[in-house]
Amino acid sequence: MNEKVMRNQRKWQTIILAAIIIVLTYLSSDITNFNIIHGIATLPNAVTWIVSNLFITQETLERLPKILEKLAETILMSIAATTTATVFSLFLGLMGSKTTGTNNVLGAFARFIASVARNIPVVAWALILLLSFGQNSVTGYLALFVGSLGFLTRAFIESIDEASQSAVEALRATGATYFQIVYKAVIPQCLPQMISWILFMIETNIRSATLVGILTGTGIGYSFDLYYKTLNYHAVALVTLSIVISVIVIELVSNHIRKVIL
Amino acid sequence: MPLLKVGKLGKSYNGDTKVLSDVSFEVEAGEFISIIGPSGAGKSTLLRCMNRMVEIDEGKVIFDGNDVGSLSKKELRKMRTNIGMIFQHYNLVPRLSVIENVLHGRFGYKTTVQGILGRFTEDEKEQAFYLLKKLGIEEHAYKRCDQLSGGQQQRVGIARALIQEPKILLCDEPIASLDPNASKVIMDYLKSITMELNITCIVNLHQVEIARSYSDRIIGLSKGGVVFDGPSFRLSTDSTDLIYGTKTVEKRQLVTV
Repeated sequence: MNEKVMRNQRKWQTIILAAIIIVLTYLSSDITNFNIIHGIATLPNAVTWIVSNLFITQETLERLPKILEKLAETILMSIAATTTATVFSLFLGLMGSKTTGTNNVLGAFARFIASVARNIPVVAWALILLLSFGQNSVTGYLALFVGSLGFLTRAFIESIDEASQSAVEALRATGATYFQIVYKAVIPQCLPQMISWILFMIETNIRSATLVGILTGTGIGYSFDLYYKTLNYHAVALVTLSIVISVIVIELVSNHIRKVIL
Repeated sequence: MPLLKVGKLGKSYNGDTKVLSDVSFEVEAGEFISIIGPSGAGKSTLLRCMNRMVEIDEGKVIFDGNDVGSLSKKELRKMRTNIGMIFQHYNLVPRLSVIENVLHGRFGYKTTVQGILGRFTEDEKEQAFYLLKKLGIEEHAYKRCDQLSGGQQQRVGIARALIQEPKILLCDEPIASLDPNASKVIMDYLKSITMELNITCIVNLHQVEIARSYSDRIIGLSKGGVVFDGPSFRLSTDSTDLIYGTKTVEKRQLVTV
């Protein structure tokens, strides 16, 4: 009897939830004048356009060295932004974690920086920084740096809290100093997770670097923008393909590293 | 003069819920004491007040002539080198080797830089191997700790505490996560080594029988207060009823021996 009531209740919950979702979808498309059916109907046309325009020709391959140069610039900038952000995030992470934090004010400060940096999207950072630094690679670098700083600080705080509480307690009980505990218990214990987060951040940054590059006029994003605006769609296809391949390669490499260290 | 003196100790975590109230006892050098009581009686908190891993709210703890509650940070660190601690979950750094974990016990004697660089003297390394041999896990010295069984990990924990050359060992439920065999091994080592090196030992335990057979003296804790304190052979069924609240509650009173 009881079970039946519960099952009935669950059924009603599902129905109500589905109804809410349908109503919300309808309302929002009605308010924005977006016609779902029209959107779906144009899909075949879009696909045809992609197939007939976005392919690589012999001619565009001549541009490959130049594109690869830009690609390398983008990748290196992403790595540089990630590694420098890592250094700062490590300190902020130690300050923000409950296990290793020494002081509530510093902890709140670290978490505040992390959430401000993280909750403003990288693209928004790029646009904000564009005003003060102009259209150059420093702006792109800084945008990626700030985004990484926020994300890595948050991730490091979680890793430290999760991995090392018990060992920290034990070393505190032996009379070890704060930095001895950090270097000999916290870091060895969290290192695999931290490296894993850093690799993830490098992958993410290469992806967002393209977008940031379009805005700040640097790296592979600039090439993309340039070819796109000059209607050279074959070159656009080549740029896109090279980005996709490099992201996949980096993902494979970092997956392999992760497997080795974990 | 007693090695450790706990006087009218009181502790509350959220201001209102009292974990410990008016706990007083003295510990002479060389004693082997078990603290028994149900979960939530305040055993762990009591132990952690002795080396101030938790702050002391009321009363005093005097260890080796020092008022633990009023020590400065530096003095506290120095005092903690004299107190070894053993934990229920061993609290090792699982990704480091056994020998590294044992040597962690020496950090209290080192400067920060020496500790970070891992500068240990030959004597310290020899002592570490000597202790591992004594505890029968010498052949695992270079293995990572997470490859060892629970009982072996706890022995690493004991070695880490002993290399501090402590005057007292505080053991917080050292056998609560171990099977009966491993438990016996650990308790035997604790008993024999503390006897041999003349180290005072305070053990938190669930198991009344083990407390009775290993310790010289038993302190029974219930709802944050001492309800029994005396030699192990005086612990009768009445007093365990009192500690664990298994029979009539009205009979609760302090059993003085």
